[in-house]
Amino acid sequence: MNPSPYFFLIIFIGVALLFPVMPLVLAWLWRRFFQPPKPGVAKNATYECGVESLGDAQIQFQSQFYLYCIIFLIFDVESIFLVPFAVAFTALPIGAFVAILIFLLLLLEGLVWAWGKGLLTWAR
Amino acid sequence: MRMSEAMDEGLRSELQKQGIWVTSMQELYNWGRKNSIWPLQFGLACCAIEMIATAASRYDIARFGGEVFRPSPRQADLMIVAGTVTKKMAPQIVRLYNQMPDPKYVIAMGACAISGGPFKQGYNVLKGIDRYIPVDVYIPGCPPRPEALLHAFMELQRKIDEQKLTGQGKAEFLKESTLSEYPVPEFGEHDLKPPANPNLFHPPAIERG
Repeated sequence: MNPSPYFFLIIFIGVALLFPVMPLVLAWLWRRFFQPPKPGVAKNATYECGVESLGDAQIQFQSQFYLYCIIFLIFDVESIFLVPFAVAFTALPIGAFVAILIFLLLLLEGLVWAWGKGLLTWAR
Repeated sequence: MRMSEAMDEGLRSELQKQGIWVTSMQELYNWGRKNSIWPLQFGLACCAIEMIATAASRYDIARFGGEVFRPSPRQADLMIVAGTVTKKMAPQIVRLYNQMPDPKYVIAMGACAISGGPFKQGYNVLKGIDRYIPVDVYIPGCPPRPEALLHAFMELQRKIDEQKLTGQGKAEFLKESTLSEYPVPEFGEHDLKPPANPNLFHPPAIERG
């Protein structure tokens, strides 16, 4: 009598279950018969590099903070543009000089706008 | 449990010559343990540089199964106290030791971790980590060379290999009564409180003639 062609699947499932479960059972048996459990205050505490944990893990960030991020990003990019500009300054044609001045002016306008809106004062 | 007690060594070696290897649960367990000692990843001072050198390719602690430096005490078997333990740092070290699961071992690496070393006369250095946690292997040196750390590692392996699972002289960590945590010292006005764990720290009395 030939076994079903899918019979090997059942064997596979059996092995797949046995393979992870057996070490766990062995470890449990070992703990049960040899190793007495020794819980403790420090052992059960949260690990925070050896110091006692401070405060709550769930902190709220203020949503106003995103404006700082945007302003930072803009001026970060500006500095990247300014460095090659400064390095090649003497060799630049007048057109490039005007272009970078317009670029700076636009950003400066943004800074004035943010300043006028009171974004540069720290929100408490 | 121990096979060699039930079976004499002669018969065992005779069987071994015929290609039959007889072992016991205890030997298998200790063999596995001693060849996969995972140290806790932390260094305190210049000894840590030597510890890093030991872990790197030239000295290669992986040959002894100790290359898996764990960043969490939950997964570590061994604490290598590598360097000067200041009094500010001592409570954290004891706490980290407490957070490690049993069985756990401690290597005091270098003169500072053993006794305070060159800072022994100072005001802010702990005069040996064995005042608060039990130390298994001491390595002298300032700092000890990687070979010395490897030697200490091998000594620890030898110690683990001799630990018994059952019967007389059972390993300490397997006893129900042995504590897994040691009291963490607190900051006092001038020194740590207490300055040493009185149940643990028994320095040899110096006899002066």
